[in-house]
Amino acid sequence: MSLQMIIAQLGQGMMTTISIFLLTLLFSLPLGLIVAFGRMSKNKIIQGIVRVYISIMRGTPLMLQLLVVYFGPYYLFGISISSAYRGYAVIIAFALNYAAYFAEIYRSGIASMPKGQYEAAKVLGYTKFQTFFKIILPQVIKRILPSVTNEVITLVKDTSLAFSIAYAEMFTQAKALAASQKSMVPFIAAAVFYYVFNAVVAAIMNVVEKKMNYYQ
Amino acid sequence: MNVLELKHAKKAFDGVLVLKDIDMHVAEGEVVSIIGPSGSGKSTLLRCCTFLETLDDGSLSYGGREVISSQNGKAVYGSKQQQKEAMGNFGLVFQNFNLFPHYSVLKNIMDAPVSVQKRNPKEVETEARALLNKMGLGDKADAYPYQLSGGQQQRVSIARALAMRPKILFFDEPTSALDPELTLEILKVIKELAEEKMTMVIVTHEMNFARDVSNRMIFMDKGVIVEETTPEELFKSENERTREFLGKYHDLS
Repeated sequence: MSLQMIIAQLGQGMMTTISIFLLTLLFSLPLGLIVAFGRMSKNKIIQGIVRVYISIMRGTPLMLQLLVVYFGPYYLFGISISSAYRGYAVIIAFALNYAAYFAEIYRSGIASMPKGQYEAAKVLGYTKFQTFFKIILPQVIKRILPSVTNEVITLVKDTSLAFSIAYAEMFTQAKALAASQKSMVPFIAAAVFYYVFNAVVAAIMNVVEKKMNYYQ
Repeated sequence: MNVLELKHAKKAFDGVLVLKDIDMHVAEGEVVSIIGPSGSGKSTLLRCCTFLETLDDGSLSYGGREVISSQNGKAVYGSKQQQKEAMGNFGLVFQNFNLFPHYSVLKNIMDAPVSVQKRNPKEVETEARALLNKMGLGDKADAYPYQLSGGQQQRVSIARALAMRPKILFFDEPTSALDPELTLEILKVIKELAEEKMTMVIVTHEMNFARDVSNRMIFMDKGVIVEETTPEELFKSENERTREFLGKYHDLS
């Protein structure tokens, strides 16, 4: 099998990997903010639940979480698993896991904001909602961008964990192809793909960080 | 009518009384300075008047409308609507400016009038630019706060407060974060405002300035108002504590 054919075969997997990546970010970034609010809630019950959630998400392997989300419905409730659920399980597990990490990043960013910003906004009559979304969050985003970049780069590589439930993303395809062709080429192609993907992600984040440098 | 009327204000932090039964009133066009040693409760007094701290007991009115009332030895705050209305009466200038770093100078001034008071943006912009010119910062409209000196930042924050058209403007040690040169810049601006009959309450350590600009001075110590009189009288005071405090100041200068 020629290199072109291998890459063509891997192409589908690449698209799947990219969509796992994008969907995970789409759900986990806003969810992380909500989780951060829960973590900072004055309500001790909500705060407690969120603390436990975050500690489980950070304290157990993502692969294990993925298996639980995928097999859980059948083992726990006897619900038969459709093949379409595979993709959902990946996004659910990834989004839940990454939301926990993002929540801690948001929280640290929000906690680092000086009290004076809230006070100035309050005296000027901003509502709490306006204060958060107009004054606090934009500054928090600038502060947390380097940590978010780290997580996003980790996510690119973590997409390969979908392999553990045989979801047909890039890595799963590469492994199957390597086995059938008895060749290293698919692995090398996969490595190049992940590397380039991350280089692009890093470049984009770099541009965003630069854009935010219009103030200090 | 008094723009501000505060009666029997009490406030404690962790059981330590910081304000012990304070009365304060400010008439329209009046400039009142509050002086006193650190920890005397001056800033807390301002922060209670501006809702940044909550009173334990006492009553507070703006323009004759009571927003905090004293009931059975407790301060009872009015509805959210009433508080919002009361907060529309005043502006506050902070020691550390607290400008919004991600907004340009112009946006810092314009944003609250537009998005809080829902005023016409064009009209607000004209007013904001006029305020900037008045502050001698006409060319800084598009700059960001980090590009400005402390004195310039403080002038922007005064413009930001004025853009809300407050009936009374509070200053919480507006020059304490500035060097002597920049301090003069700010004092000049405040003096101009005083000449325009802006009602102001100024917490400050600048004694000469306070004497110069105020109609009335309040000397606070340990949570009580020791003396409250005209600058001339205060500087001639027979009161031992006042003399001691001002004396230390005189020794220095």
